Amino acid sequence: MADIALVLKGGTVVDERGSRQADVAIDTDGAIAAVESSIDTSARVLDCGGCIVGPGLVDLHTHLREPGREEAETVETGSRAAALGGYTAVVAMPNTEPAIDSAAVVRDVLEHGAKALCQVLPAAAITVGREGKQLVPMAELAALGVRIFTDDGNGVQDSRLMRRALEYASALGITLAQHCEDEGLSHGGHMHEGEWSSRLGIPGIPAEAEELMVARDIVLGRLTGAPVHFLHMSTAGSVELIRQAKSRGLRVTAEAAPHHFTLTHAEVASYDPVFKVNPPIRGDDDVAAVKAGLADGTIDAIATDHAPHAQEVKEAPFDEAPCGMLGLETALSLAISQLGLPIDRVLALMSWQPARIAGIEAPGVVAGAAASLCVIDPTAQWTVDPSRLASRSRNTPYAGRAMTGRARHTIYRGEPVVINGEAQR
Amino acid sequence: MTALKHLLSIADLGPGGLEDLLDLTDSFVEVSERRIPKVPTLRGKTVVSLFYEESTRTRLSFESAAKRLSADTMNFTVGTSSVKKGESLRDTVTTIEAMGVDAIVVRHASAGVPWQVAQWVGASVINAGDGWHEHPTQAILDCYTIRQRLGSLVDRHIAIVGDVKHSRVARSDVQAFTALGATVTLVAPPTLLPPSLVGWPVTVSHDLDDVLPKVDVVYVLRMQRERMTESLLPSLREYTSTYGLTAERARKLSQHALVMHPGPMNRGVEIAAEVADLPSSVITRQVANGVAVRMAVLFRLLGSGMELAHG
Repeated sequence: MADIALVLKGGTVVDERGSRQADVAIDTDGAIAAVESSIDTSARVLDCGGCIVGPGLVDLHTHLREPGREEAETVETGSRAAALGGYTAVVAMPNTEPAIDSAAVVRDVLEHGAKALCQVLPAAAITVGREGKQLVPMAELAALGVRIFTDDGNGVQDSRLMRRALEYASALGITLAQHCEDEGLSHGGHMHEGEWSSRLGIPGIPAEAEELMVARDIVLGRLTGAPVHFLHMSTAGSVELIRQAKSRGLRVTAEAAPHHFTLTHAEVASYDPVFKVNPPIRGDDDVAAVKAGLADGTIDAIATDHAPHAQEVKEAPFDEAPCGMLGLETALSLAISQLGLPIDRVLALMSWQPARIAGIEAPGVVAGAAASLCVIDPTAQWTVDPSRLASRSRNTPYAGRAMTGRARHTIYRGEPVVINGEAQR
Repeated sequence: MTALKHLLSIADLGPGGLEDLLDLTDSFVEVSERRIPKVPTLRGKTVVSLFYEESTRTRLSFESAAKRLSADTMNFTVGTSSVKKGESLRDTVTTIEAMGVDAIVVRHASAGVPWQVAQWVGASVINAGDGWHEHPTQAILDCYTIRQRLGSLVDRHIAIVGDVKHSRVARSDVQAFTALGATVTLVAPPTLLPPSLVGWPVTVSHDLDDVLPKVDVVYVLRMQRERMTESLLPSLREYTSTYGLTAERARKLSQHALVMHPGPMNRGVEIAAEVADLPSSVITRQVANGVAVRMAVLFRLLGSGMELAHG
């Protein structure tokens, strides 16, 4: 048996099995050696007093930008931001340059990921170049371990192609994830269509542009029997469609991003492109519906849609600026403080439920499991300072905002990558 | 009143600020009527116009206003193509400010750009039109023109007719007219109205013939031809027949009612040629007042503490 390398002392262990006061011993192989009420040790100890010791968080939706946009983020900097946010695994979205649509690019991302501060799970595109025309070699990429396929950034517009993709995928044990946006209806829009877009003179994207594709893919899922994962659900109508689909027993899962349960289109009145994101931040009713969907289990996961952009690109006129905002380092705090859910529900939404959708083993805090853990101080007070974020970009919409709750330590495969809120490498 | 740093939106002014500018405009109309229509008020100040979108009348109007106040003027006209490949907006603005300017007059096709510019510079920023959003000096000159002809806007009924959805003039006019006590009716097909009118102090009609006899002012908006390709209208012909201010329709207006248009007009589309030339049409009056209004705005922003020189 390997020696004990590290002990997490004095915390409350919370995982799918429940909650108990326990210390956690981690061995030199990076596995959990013991979870016991009190562990005396001469090994290194990390204080977890007042903290929750949970399984590491899993983000279903991270844009790491590498290859192609390394000025905005790299696998290394993005994984550091993830670790600081409490994540031990992230799904890397395939809208890189080139897109993750071939074995070569999958291998490239996996290679960078092997050196990262968390597990990097490349998602692959559904169509070559994300152009919506020809399927990627799904079987070949699935054999390399890819479990999520998505053209995220765009939805697959062609219903026939989407049907074929779902049919083909159904034999491979993979999940297609859709960015739901009917481009005919969203055409030319830069923010949520409604009161604020009308007042501000910015072309709008109606909620129905999202809902049309959610409805379409629910029925295509029913037609093909393939699972469908719905990315970044942002409207009350979408949440209701998912709720109905689940009540009928269809194989659908869904995620929501923190900005869709914390921000509304009123923020755009500043014309600051940091608030430009796709799907756009929407109305109060939508925010309430997303929260309700997270609370009642309609939405399975909180996913960041962490989308870094270099300042010089983002700092453009609103309608010329790219969409996206940072999320990895603020998601946990927002989930803890803004949803009114108990911590085990927050962890379900941020750890084991997304892990299952990502096709990785649902992490538990038990002896023998890999020691990928997140130690959460639920009462930590801090203020978001863009210049202190680990991401290479600065486009957080929460600059200056007071936050409650934070990852104190993050352990990735036995390595303490974050200690007391500081990245260790 | 509190010193005004920028003029980005009509909302920056409040009813008091708007009235103040209209009163101040009276003085500058008087200056404009002098043999040498020039005062030394803003000598030593520099006003730069930064126009990212084609505009003849607004740019000339601001330049003329600045010159009549003896300010130095600079002109920065950017073709849309050079914006895409050239330097960023922020770099351009920072460069201009480094030359030492007191006011930047900004026109841009993107809504909100004047707000962004105001974040980046110490100079005063004047919004000369941002996308579909606002065009505050146009609204002030429209108010001034109505006040000049009808005495006051209080309890006046104004119809704004046409493409409200894409109109910065309409967004500023609605705020300005209602702030001064007028009632506003928007007259347009549903496709040319904003998707939401929550918070807009207006009523809506789709029947111009019904509205015309009831109004004191009919404000006709420019109809852009590209709206046809966006499936917002079946044809210009159908638009003219339902919402155009034809000669026949103009006869439904009451005797005192004014016909207004922000220009440039599409004669024969949104307004018939003979209507534009009626005595009730104050369209050229609007242009003439534009210079005096912009003098008032520049004076209010840059001439703080200065008295307006008379005589």
